[in-house]
Amino acid sequence: MASLNEKVQDVFNEPACDKNQAKGEKERKKGCTKQLTPGAAAGGCAFDGAKIALQPITDVAHLVHGPIACEGNGWDNRGAKSSDSKLYRTGFTTDISELDVIYGGEKRLYKSIREVLEKYNPPAVFVYQTCVTALIGDDIEAVCKAATTKFGKPIIPINAPGFVGAKNLGNKLAGEALLEYVIGTEEPELTTPYDINIIGEYNLAGELWQIKPLLDELGIRILACISGDAKYKEVAYSHRAKAAMMVCSKAMINVARKMEERYNIPFFEGSFYGITDTSESLRQISKLLVQQGAAEDLLSRTEKLIFREETRAWEGINRYRAKLQGKKVLLITGGVKSWSVVSALQEGGMEIVGTSVKKSTDEDKDKIKELMGEDAHMFDDMRPRDMYAMLKECRADIMLSGGRSQFVALKVKMPWLDINQERHHAYAGYVGMVELVKQIEQALYHPVWAQVRKPAPWETEVSEVSEAKAA
Amino acid sequence: MAIVNTNHKACTVNPLKMSQPIGAALAFMGLNNCMPTLHGSQGCTSFGLVLFVRHFREMIPMQTTAMNEVNTILGGMENIEQAIVNIWERTKPAVIGLASTGLTETKGDDVNAYIKLIRAKHPELADTAIVYASTPDYVGAFQDGWSKAAVCIIQETAEPCQVKQVNRVNVLPGSHLTPADIDEIREIIESFGLFAVFIPDISGSLDGHIPEDFTPTTLGGTTVLELRTMGAARATIAIGEQMHAAAIELEMKTGVPYTMFDRLTGLDANDNFVQFLSKLSGKPVALKYRRQRSQLQDAMLDAHFYTGGKKIAIGAEPDLLWSLGSFLSEMGCELAAVVTTTQSPLLEKMPAEEVLIGDLEDLEMRAKDCDLLITHSHGRQMAERLHIPFLRFGIPTFDRLGAAHKLTVGYRGTKELAFELANTFLAEDHEATPDSWRETFQEINTEVASEAQTTCASNGSCSSCN
Ligand code: SF4
Repeated sequence: MASLNEKVQDVFNEPACDKNQAKGEKERKKGCTKQLTPGAAAGGCAFDGAKIALQPITDVAHLVHGPIACEGNGWDNRGAKSSDSKLYRTGFTTDISELDVIYGGEKRLYKSIREVLEKYNPPAVFVYQTCVTALIGDDIEAVCKAATTKFGKPIIPINAPGFVGAKNLGNKLAGEALLEYVIGTEEPELTTPYDINIIGEYNLAGELWQIKPLLDELGIRILACISGDAKYKEVAYSHRAKAAMMVCSKAMINVARKMEERYNIPFFEGSFYGITDTSESLRQISKLLVQQGAAEDLLSRTEKLIFREETRAWEGINRYRAKLQGKKVLLITGGVKSWSVVSALQEGGMEIVGTSVKKSTDEDKDKIKELMGEDAHMFDDMRPRDMYAMLKECRADIMLSGGRSQFVALKVKMPWLDINQERHHAYAGYVGMVELVKQIEQALYHPVWAQVRKPAPWETEVSEVSEAKAA
Repeated sequence: MAIVNTNHKACTVNPLKMSQPIGAALAFMGLNNCMPTLHGSQGCTSFGLVLFVRHFREMIPMQTTAMNEVNTILGGMENIEQAIVNIWERTKPAVIGLASTGLTETKGDDVNAYIKLIRAKHPELADTAIVYASTPDYVGAFQDGWSKAAVCIIQETAEPCQVKQVNRVNVLPGSHLTPADIDEIREIIESFGLFAVFIPDISGSLDGHIPEDFTPTTLGGTTVLELRTMGAARATIAIGEQMHAAAIELEMKTGVPYTMFDRLTGLDANDNFVQFLSKLSGKPVALKYRRQRSQLQDAMLDAHFYTGGKKIAIGAEPDLLWSLGSFLSEMGCELAAVVTTTQSPLLEKMPAEEVLIGDLEDLEMRAKDCDLLITHSHGRQMAERLHIPFLRFGIPTFDRLGAAHKLTVGYRGTKELAFELANTFLAEDHEATPDSWRETFQEINTEVASEAQTTCASNGSCSSCN
């Protein structure tokens, strides 16, 4: 376990993470995962986080080493889309039994790897460690090493058992595994001065494909997306990119920073949510590429494209603006994207009456303040009860959140829109922003609200009926 | 009669099975004002929560003792204490339902002993029932967890009653019954002038209604008072083999005699049930159900044209498998590929050649020339690859609405099932074309030709060769 502990510490010492650097030595050791409160905790485990980060790699077999709980209770439940292989949606698990717990599960794991290779022939297998198998001391690193030698294919250990921490730690440990075992192990057939990596984008609902046409038009090639719609080999040769964009706040900052350190790939942190952010990100990509030797004209071509797309998007949004002006939004992302969504909604004329900053960094919070003003309502840990009250008292017109809290809104008969992992609509880039605004408009003005809010006639006419009876 | 096999793979591919703790958690969700809590790491609760939210499309109360690496090794006493106290302070539940996980079972936490200590230390918890079920992830499956939780609920709360409620019956429903099923069964029982208390009762808590106010715990379900008075009932009805242990437990603790019903789907099964109720109550069968029975007979007649001879691939937990599988076979279908999750005495009675305890990969391999696939939502990828129609039954059903309102019990539910099956086959009906039969003839011709050849080769002396 020593090496895992070291890795966890290493991740906590992330120099590019200002949140960690602001802490004292001792506090930092404790890491960015607060000790959870038993009986009042919510959220996924580190294993969950690692899987979220890596499962979008489509042609890899993702094998979960543990009892049925870890895979059986939640497989094929994410919206990451693939343009090709569907193997990533196949659930592989060692489903260990009581005997494995007593005698150790390493043999079963080894055999499982062989079965997966024989039946599905993937370019690589990712092996995920979980709580029980970590506790009984199964050494997945050793098993993977032996299997790699024996079968001649990369078998990658992802050592992020649930009990070491929360999802975001798992994201980072997943990144560490890529750095240690995958990135830099293959070479691309050709490289161009226009090759970039996009890090921390999972292609949920196909959002990457809302951006890719823009990049294609500019002649920019996504060498590797880590990890949305990625192939194993793309991640393996991603070290040949000229520049990188890191999406989704700090989830995979360790990957971006270490790739800069090791392979001189400069990166910036950006977002494809919202018009301004999308434009800014495109500009940054071009700027970095030109810095790295791409032709200067990329900059002006980018500006042209931005101008054209922004105009189009604004036209799109303006069609809804009148109906959205002044609408009050409660934004519970529970995640890291708060500020980029905030600016996106403001572009639609809406007012953000509150936002959660549970997992946001200080920098994120500053950005929110900048956007929403000093008296921004930021909630560190908003209880469902409070959300419920806020909606019931009509202090907000609509709630945007993840699937888990949707019923808080629906049960008070208030509009709700999914903006997390399992959403069905894609909201990235210019088209995505127009789509988001359209969806909000549709939700707000849906005919269902008037019907379900109306009380039953006998509830309001009780007095009349009883009066009639009395008469 | 079936041969029951277990697959011999090291690696499970596309799991059919889910784990015990969340089965137990669902049972706890059928108790009123309860907080189901998993004793384990936070991720286990999170996966369970997401699963139920997506299936029921309801707010799901579920907590965790939030174990991490260090306190797992030291033992979970402190975390359980904190969890119970925190839950009590925040939500004042009537019941806290605890289920262990693989992690804490591997360590071997003695939770019952912990609870005693915690109770001694916190007198304020006196009015809160705490039920604990031992449910390691690496043993059994979802329905086993539900079944164990039901036993533990009875152990913890049932007591003998001197006063009897003559019209009361306890009903112990298996995890395969939906809120709609429970409502239907209740209605049938009530038509005999009896009243039924379901233990547990997810029809109150997970039937998708809109409450007046916000509660962080379960809203609806069996109340503690109803649990404590189980001994006052005149009879107990257990539905599904998984409730057998709970029924015995209840009889042992309270003396209330039980009757098992292995299923309530199908004409015969419902006849037995209704007849039993009639005898128990001394009342005749209501006109409504006589009529429903006749409607079911008619539906079965209409449907049998389309269901007869169809080959079915089915993957489900034992009790659901038994209910659906038996009825399919009664409608003339052949259970060609049958996969389940865990042991049950029902498996060898299945009207199939083989029942395999396995996964969806096993089912897919066996389902190649089946006409219909029946399993939970995770069958969707397989159905696409096999190009056969797919009916979703069981938990989780996350890509269709109304899972809680799916009805397959009673005369009415069976009738709806018969129609759903027949309609699925009807929709697949392909119209004849001029070439529909050509291939068959060609096949026969080539078969005849090759047969002739082999005959010749074998004796070499027939007239056509000479
Ligand atoms: S917390 Fe541990 S046992 Fe639970 S799902 Fe996560 S990895 Fe699996």
